[in-house]
This record gives sequence, C-alpha cells and structure tokens, in this order.
Amino acid sequence: MAKIPVQFRLNGSDRAAFVDAQETLLNTLRRGLGDFSPKYGCGQGTCGVCSVLVDGEPQLSCLTLSVACEGRHVETAAGLADGPNLHPLQAAFMDHFAAQCGFCTPGMLTAARALLAKNPSPSRDDVIEAISGNICRCTGYEPIVAAILAAASAPGARRA
Amino acid sequence: MLEMRKDIFADERDDNLNVIGKGLQRQDAPGHVTGRTRYFDDHAFEGMLHLKVVRSPHAHARIRSIDISAAERAPGVKRVLRGADVPVNKNTLLSLINFGKDDEPTLAVDKVRYKGEPVVAILADSEAQALAARKLVRIDYEPLPTVFDVEEALKPGAPVVNETYPGNYFEYHERFDHQKLRFGDVERAFSGADIVMEHRYQMSPIEHAPTETNGTIAAPEQNGRFVVHSCAQGLFFALGTTAKIVDVESNRLHFIGGTVGGGFGGKVDSLTEPLAVLGAMLTGKPVRFVLDREEEMLYGSPRGAERIYIKDGVMRDGRIVARYIRSYFDAGAYTRLSSYAAIKCTAHVPGPYWIPNVASDIYVAYTNRCPSTAMRGFGVTAVDFALEVQMDRLAEAASMDPMEFRILNAYRDGDMKPHRRAAKNTALVECVQVAAEKANWPLSEQAKRQSSLTGGAGERGQIPATTVDTKGQIGRPETRTGTATQTLPAGTARIPLSKQPVMEGARDGRAAPTQVPRYEPARPAAAATPAYAPPPYQPASPPAAPSYQPAPPPVSAPASPAQTQHGAVRFSSVFGTRRR
Repeated sequence: MAKIPVQFRLNGSDRAAFVDAQETLLNTLRRGLGDFSPKYGCGQGTCGVCSVLVDGEPQLSCLTLSVACEGRHVETAAGLADGPNLHPLQAAFMDHFAAQCGFCTPGMLTAARALLAKNPSPSRDDVIEAISGNICRCTGYEPIVAAILAAASAPGARRA
Repeated sequence: MLEMRKDIFADERDDNLNVIGKGLQRQDAPGHVTGRTRYFDDHAFEGMLHLKVVRSPHAHARIRSIDISAAERAPGVKRVLRGADVPVNKNTLLSLINFGKDDEPTLAVDKVRYKGEPVVAILADSEAQALAARKLVRIDYEPLPTVFDVEEALKPGAPVVNETYPGNYFEYHERFDHQKLRFGDVERAFSGADIVMEHRYQMSPIEHAPTETNGTIAAPEQNGRFVVHSCAQGLFFALGTTAKIVDVESNRLHFIGGTVGGGFGGKVDSLTEPLAVLGAMLTGKPVRFVLDREEEMLYGSPRGAERIYIKDGVMRDGRIVARYIRSYFDAGAYTRLSSYAAIKCTAHVPGPYWIPNVASDIYVAYTNRCPSTAMRGFGVTAVDFALEVQMDRLAEAASMDPMEFRILNAYRDGDMKPHRRAAKNTALVECVQVAAEKANWPLSEQAKRQSSLTGGAGERGQIPATTVDTKGQIGRPETRTGTATQTLPAGTARIPLSKQPVMEGARDGRAAPTQVPRYEPARPAAAATPAYAPPPYQPASPPAAPSYQPAPPPVSAPASPAQTQHGAVRFSSVFGTRRR
C-alpha cells in the first residue's frame, strides 16, 4: 500500500513521516517518530492515556488519523518541560505524589495543560471535568486533582 | 497522616530510620512526569515482527485438525507456530517452586479448555498483516460438554476439564482434594449455640484492567542471548517460566522490566513472554507480542470467582462459638496460582476473630472458564468480604451493635489461632475504636476501654485436642469429639447491648431482629443443656436500646436472603446494616 507523506510540528520541531492512510497519530508518534510519551491503553478512545494536543485542543491520538494532522501543531507530554526546567504541572505532580505506576501521567498532564490554557483558575469541579476522560487504574485521582489545582495557583502556570 | 501506635506496636519499628516512615520523593517520579519512563512497549527495533494468536472460540472442544497453509502464504507473514513448535509445551507457573503438576500448554494441542485459549501464533511484518492472517487459519473443532459451576465440576460424571487433574480438583500433596482445617469441635458447638446461621456468598471474576495491557518485546541480542522487555510484575518469575518453556538456559535471557503500567496481579502469568522469545529465536528477529484491550479484558486471567459458605454458631450475648467455612475457588481451566490462593484462604480462616471451634474445607475446582490468577490479596479478599457481611448479620441476629460485636470477638494478643500459632500484634479492637470515632459511631464506655493487649491468652491461648479418624487424618466436622473452650477475655467482655446508632445521614433505624434472614430456631428450653453452655447473658447495666429482644424469634420457614440476579447476596456494610 502506498504510503502518504505527512508533515506537522511536534513539540515545536518540524517533523515528517510516511504513513498508511488508516494509520493513527498514536502509531506515527510512537513507532514512526519515537515519541513514546503517549501510550496505548484501549485503542478506542475510552482511557485517555494517548491524549495529545492538536493545535492546542486535547485529542485522543488513538482515534486521530495521522493524515489529518498535516500542517498542525502536535504537542505531547514529552514537550511539556522547558529544557531542564519542569513545567509547574510536572513539579506539582511530583510534589503531590500524583503518579503511581505513571502510565496515565502523560495523558493526565496533557488534559491538565489544555485546561489551564483555557481556564487559568479552575475550580475543583473544572479539574475533575477536565480529566474525566483519563483513567487512572491505580485510582490515584485525589492527588492528581490536588496537583492540578496547586499548579494553577503556582507562578508560571499560564505559560502552557 | 500515618500514625504508628507505639502502644500496640512497641517493637515494630525503630524511630531513627532515614527512609521508612518519611515522605520522600519517589525515584521514578521525574521519569513519569516527563514522559521519559520506558515501559516494555516503549522500545524501537529495526525489522520488528508482530505476533498475534488465534484463540479458541469454544469453551471446551477437541481439536481435530489445524490447517495453517493459507496463513503461512499470507502477505507479510514470516512464521506460524503451533503447539508442536513449543519446546516444552506443558507448564504450571508454580513448578518453579515444585508445587503442582504441569497442566497448561502454551499453544493448545489436543483440545481447548476455555474460550480464548491460544492455539496458533502468527508472526508478521505488521500488526495488520498478522491480524489478517489470523482469519486464514482453519481449525476443525469437535465441541465437548462444558462445566462452568464449581460445585457441578466436583460432582461425579462432570466433564473432565483438565486431564492432569481428572477429578476437576487440584490435588494437594498429590492426593488430597482440598485444604482442610480443624480446631476444636464445630459440630458440638453448633448444637449448643443459641443462634446458628449459614449463608452462601458468590463472587464474580474480576479483571484487573491495567491501563497498560500485557505484552513483551523480545529481540536477539548477541552471543546467543535475547533481550526481553517484559510487562511482568515478577520479572525473575517470568524469566524462569520462559526459560523452561522455550528450553534455554536462563542466562541466555536478558529480562528488562519492573516498570509496569498497572498490574494488580494480572501480570504474573507470563502470558506473552514465552511466545515472544520463541518467535525471536525461530525468526532471528525482534518480536512484539502485545494483547489488545479486548484480549486483555476477555482473556487476561481474572481474579477467580469464589463460592463461600459460612456457618456460624453464636451465643445470645454475642460470642461466636463456632465457625465452619466451605469454599470453592474457580480456577478456570488451568491451575496457575489458584492452588496457592486456597492455602492463603485457609490461613486466613476464621478472620481476625477468636473463635474456639473452627473448621474449613477449601477446594480448588477446574471449570471451562478463563484461568484465574493473582489479584490483590487473592484468597483473602473474597473470604474477608463474606466474613464481614456475615459478621453484620450475626450482630443483627444477636441484637448487637456491629462495631461492638467485632470488638467482643476480636483477636487479642496471645489468643491461639486455628493454625496453632499464637496471635501477636493484634489491633482489630483499636482499629474498630478508631473507625467508630472517625465515623461518629457511638461506642459504649466499656467497648472504648477494650484493648488488644489484654483479655487474650490464658485459656484462649490453648490448643484444643484434635482427634483423628481411623485413617489417621483429621476428621470431618461430624466425626469430631473433644472439648471446646468458651472463655471470654478475662473481666472485660460483657459489653452491653448497643443503643441506636446516631449517624448523620442515616436513612432509617436498625433492622429489627425479625428481619434477619434464615437462622435456625433457638433450642427448646427443655432440651438438655450441653456441659459447656455458657451462663445466660446478664446485662451489666440496663440496655439503652428499647428495641432489645431477649431471644431471636423462632422461624418455622426460613426466609431466603435477598438475592440479586446473579446469585450474589446483597451486600450490607458495617455502616449500612439495613435490609430492604
């Protein structure tokens, strides 16, 4: 089957790949471009571990076709830190023990990043709503909610 | 947040430790928050093949023939494996510790024993090609009679699920059909008890549902070695199992893992490691074998369903004098870890309570279900659930507050357990006291004064005589003779009947004893009193509860417990002992 060229910005860098027509963004990121921060959990859009931002909007990369990302801005958890400096969300997740097995963490950070970009001062309910598409099977939701609320009130949180 | 009660656990922990008891940054946190943590699937290899298995559509069927010729010719397919290609195609997980007989193939050969059992493995250049070739494998099955119920499986004439265990039960010490525990004389104690109550508890299988599914990437390394990125929770366990099945020295396998995207017990079965390594050996290429979500949910081994019968004898003052537990573990088609679960269950009987007469018979039964495995306290969790629901029911039958009922019957230091070991560091009394305090649940002053440190040992620390039958084995409950001890914690245990619990948000009052389901009528007063019958209960102070009734009313026709559609008994928690 003929491959299709696709170009997009990934975490600020121009990247290109040849993809199958039905290939998902998740597969292109992981197997094509080597960004393993989005995970495979269900392949059907129910668990949220594959969450990425496409033009600032949270998207499930397991349900997003790679060819649909032509010319877009794709951002993953791997691009959240500013060089060696952690994003306030990352620092807050560490401070609040918001990661247990860590598998949901990139998706949670992505969902939280999208929330804070739109709503710099979210309420607890806003946070819960924002991560409602992300499953933490270790069920560590309380520390995650606390971390996001703490990051929202930390200096520099609005950079995202 | 964490308080170490030094009054109870004086010797348990030094106070000058640097790490234990301190809130420290987890060493894996930076990797998690930056997305750099590498799980098994986060590794790239040039030329990696993808492995998919063909699974049985039948719960029980003989395999007449397997035709893989079309699949072998399919685009991208590099190799198709059958049972004959697996060097050691029979294994049981605990064979690594010489426990149990090899009973499970990696790829089924003569027959399939559960729906979803792997029969053929396909290795192809892409996942899509492996999935397409999967449809081209032709397997001719002859369906066989099935059995899905643990007690049906143990009846004579039931279909034999697993020929390694023709009686459909795991053979302990290669001859016993169950785990047995005897302590005191339950039958004698039942006959002298004021209330005897038996209930059946049916659990369901529970899938761990880790967000990261089971999987492995295996690749040729160098010097004849293979690197294996594994999801395994027990990495060396998976290494030993894989080395046995693919028949190589374990030092040729370089297992990397320990970073698990959720396991909860569902990643101890080595579901993917052996075939991935075998595929890498036979093709010389990296091989990735990952379960998709559907496979994980349907065929990733679950927590086994258990059926538990608990029969208790209780005196009117709330003391439990006898407990008999009969339980059946649904192992599914193969042993995996169920044999161990039944031992853990037996070790947990009768719960954290001192009961002078205890017996249990715990069976592991084979059925045509997906094999079950470890999950968070397996063997203990289910029986604990059943025991605590039963405790609520017993408290209700004895017209006692469920919290005080537990304090009354809790282990104290020095009490003899049915396993012939003295209890130490017991703290259930204090746990209940703290739980009651936090829940604003009123306890009597007497209950508040109880302590795990006092009231145990003495007569309660003795082992009752255990008689043996003519074969030299500990007998069935009805064959037992011997004396039973009936001693309360010295000077402490006369807890008055409790008052109405005052709970904020409580919707209704406590259920009246007449609503307690199914207990046997009290013995007629004229009947001969057993020699060891306890003195009648005399409240130390007038009971506060006006609803107190001196004896459970006899019921001619036992009422059935509330049953849900799937047969489970409706759960009522400590805080909601209400029946609808």
